[in-house]
Amino acid sequence: MSVVTVQVGQCGNQVGQEFFSVLCNDSSNAKDKLYKDCSHERFFREGPSQDLTARAILIDMEPKVINQTIAKAAKSGKWRYGDKAHFCQKQGSGNNWANGFSVHGPKYEEVVRDLVRKEVEQCDRLTGIVTMMSLAGGTGSGMGTYITQCLRDAYPHTSILNHVTWPYNTGEVIVQNYNSVLTLSHLYQFSDAILVHENDAVHKICAQLMNIKHISFNDINKVITHHLGSVLQPVYTASSSHYSRNPIGEFMSSLVNHPEYKLLSIRNIPQMSSTSLAYSVFNWPGLLRHLRQMLIANAGMEEGIDWAVRAQSASKSDRGRPTRELGFNRSLANLLILRGKDVSSAETGGFKDPALYVPWLPVESAISSWSSSVPFNGYEKSATLVSNSQSLLRSLNSTVGKAWNMFASRAYTHQYMKFGISEEDFLDSFTVLEQVISSYSQL
Amino acid sequence: MSIRRSDGGAGQITGGKISSLKARAVLVDMEEGVVNEILQGPLRDVFDSTQLITDVSGSGNNWAVGHWTYGSTYRDQIVEQVRRAAEHCDCLQCFFLIHSMGGGTGSGLGTYVLKLLEEEFPEVYRIVTSVYPSAEDDVITSPYNSILAMRALTEHADCVLPVENQSLADIVNKIRHMSHSGKGGSIIKKDSTVISSQGGVSGVEKPFDAMNNIVANLLLNITSSARFEGSLNMDLNEIAMNLVPFPRLHYLVPSLTPLYTLADVNIPTRRLDQMFSDAFSKDHQLIRADPKHSLYLACALMVRGNVQVSDLRRNIERLRPTLPFVSWNQEGWKTGLCSVPPVGHTHALLALANNTCVRPTFTELRERFTKLYRKKAHLHHYLQVEGMEQACFTEALTSLSSLIEEYSQLDATKGVCMPEAPRLNIAT
Repeated sequence: MSVVTVQVGQCGNQVGQEFFSVLCNDSSNAKDKLYKDCSHERFFREGPSQDLTARAILIDMEPKVINQTIAKAAKSGKWRYGDKAHFCQKQGSGNNWANGFSVHGPKYEEVVRDLVRKEVEQCDRLTGIVTMMSLAGGTGSGMGTYITQCLRDAYPHTSILNHVTWPYNTGEVIVQNYNSVLTLSHLYQFSDAILVHENDAVHKICAQLMNIKHISFNDINKVITHHLGSVLQPVYTASSSHYSRNPIGEFMSSLVNHPEYKLLSIRNIPQMSSTSLAYSVFNWPGLLRHLRQMLIANAGMEEGIDWAVRAQSASKSDRGRPTRELGFNRSLANLLILRGKDVSSAETGGFKDPALYVPWLPVESAISSWSSSVPFNGYEKSATLVSNSQSLLRSLNSTVGKAWNMFASRAYTHQYMKFGISEEDFLDSFTVLEQVISSYSQL
Repeated sequence: MSIRRSDGGAGQITGGKISSLKARAVLVDMEEGVVNEILQGPLRDVFDSTQLITDVSGSGNNWAVGHWTYGSTYRDQIVEQVRRAAEHCDCLQCFFLIHSMGGGTGSGLGTYVLKLLEEEFPEVYRIVTSVYPSAEDDVITSPYNSILAMRALTEHADCVLPVENQSLADIVNKIRHMSHSGKGGSIIKKDSTVISSQGGVSGVEKPFDAMNNIVANLLLNITSSARFEGSLNMDLNEIAMNLVPFPRLHYLVPSLTPLYTLADVNIPTRRLDQMFSDAFSKDHQLIRADPKHSLYLACALMVRGNVQVSDLRRNIERLRPTLPFVSWNQEGWKTGLCSVPPVGHTHALLALANNTCVRPTFTELRERFTKLYRKKAHLHHYLQVEGMEQACFTEALTSLSSLIEEYSQLDATKGVCMPEAPRLNIAT
């Protein structure tokens, strides 16, 4: 029932460390012993004196971040990383996807496979692998892609969830659009699902909901991992008496019902600073109503939602016309995860409305609902919606457009060719993503 | 001229104080004066005598002598010393070459070494810090030396950080003027200027020290992310990757802020935002150039200190509309956040701009060259050196002209609305 996490690159490792921190805090505070045990077993190895070691591998091509990450975990006193669970080099990948994918990936393949194998062997039963990386850099994006491919080969029957961080629009890395295009197009071939967090969207949440004045990457990561934790912590998926034993597998089957559609977005409500939380009361109808409109209007958070947008049933005449012009975000599938008090009384019918979905899939398979009565991460009530929808279409289109424009001038391409990525490879990647854009546009 | 790896040296630490640190460096000069001074000064323990390669008579401000005569004489010795230094590295990522363009040794022998590094260590990045002569330079042949050296820089360096003596002098004057005027409310905090050697070991200040400190601070800032932790690291190889869209266009204009910290400034955010604004002002550039009015191909911002990603975002958003970026790189920012500020500062910013504002610098240099070359002034001093031919001059000039032309073509696109490239058509 265990999940192994593979953290690659600076972002992947920073997010990963925060992830385990959230999980550990949440389950340690949980009053439900079953929940706590299930969570511990899933994400940690328990030592003889009840010390927790994360089921995780840390990979980076330079040592500073991994050292910091391991130290930060140890400082918590509540959990740590394994002693030999990391691999790093010294030279870095230079933000070069080709360097990460074509050079470092193959060069260190054996070592990485070995590390993962050793971690997997310590699981009674492996139910899924989660990878964490950014799209913008060189190691996370390039080497992370290569590693995913290896994991797919090594564990053909295990679900692999790729969590990726989409960089800020106004640049962190100049070649981030190239790196993103190369990563997404390759991952699309062998990933089960790509769960995306956009830095811009998360930044807004920090600024407007959490009221943080000087937002740091630490703040960003806390929001991201709050979302991830709300998905992956123990939960009842069917009307069964025990927590789901195959959370990642069920996650995949709920959301990815067609291989052409693998891009997932995530929304969570409520989100606020801990000081505000103490004074707030929520009810399920309110939360779900907001969440539903957030989905329909493609809002990332509960502030600034456009309530004028309405779900529109796709009629035969609409087929082929992009619905995003109408502002309405159409879904292929949704997964609703509710946690906290009175969760059994929550009315989720609003998400079963056929108008939200594509007409060519049965509505029953389009919506799944999981729940747990244990409050999550300090929130008395918390609702998360993972969607396979048109949410990411605009960002994807924008990124591909910018990358294409840059490619048209052949700017920076010599840097990639130096490490074996040719113009042909670029064109193939663009083609794959244009197809994805087209598919999602036509929902 | 020295080559140093960013990580500093291998050393021993006893009682919290580093007691034996050796620079990963090779110092080359064809005169002994400067190197001898270093060996007698407070840095004598940092360098081994084996790391020094010297001669006695100097190059007479003659690039040909530095390049061809001394190049061939000292080639093997230099290769050996560099190899030795390289072997001490766990992982050699980058060479820093520091030299001047106007003289004979730095310029001539320096570029010879650059070519040598490419041959012997092709995988290792070569970042060159070049001090360009100002128009009022007292070395008459500096235009010849500079242009001859430029060709090697264009063809064999991965990145060049050009620095002009005049700009450094202007910055020094500005700071001195500020500290001497001492008007109420504008007192400079002690040791917080970009020209101070706070944190360094030297005692008495020598001429050029203030100017050299600026360049030293440039190198400290550029390596800060490799040396210290931060939430968004920016390694040296990332600089080349992000700032060089086309192999030859690798001249990156550096600017450093703040130049100084005022003692009584009380509004942290405003000071921070001012720092970002200043990075783009022509007074802070280390060559005489105005990037704001030319075209940006790419720009890197390396921030040090207690600065968060939101501060970075806010300032990029604020300044972006005022800066012309090339059409295919409208959001071309490379950013880094290093937690540790420079000694004496709470935060600092280094900007590296790949910007067409270098064109006037190169054009002016070419004009000075042409003035001399037309009259064949001093040419015989060069041509009489074994290995030197007239072709060296013409080829160097052609190389520079074509470089200038490439920048011109990009400049021509400034302000022109370029249509977006039509996207691939996918059969549905």
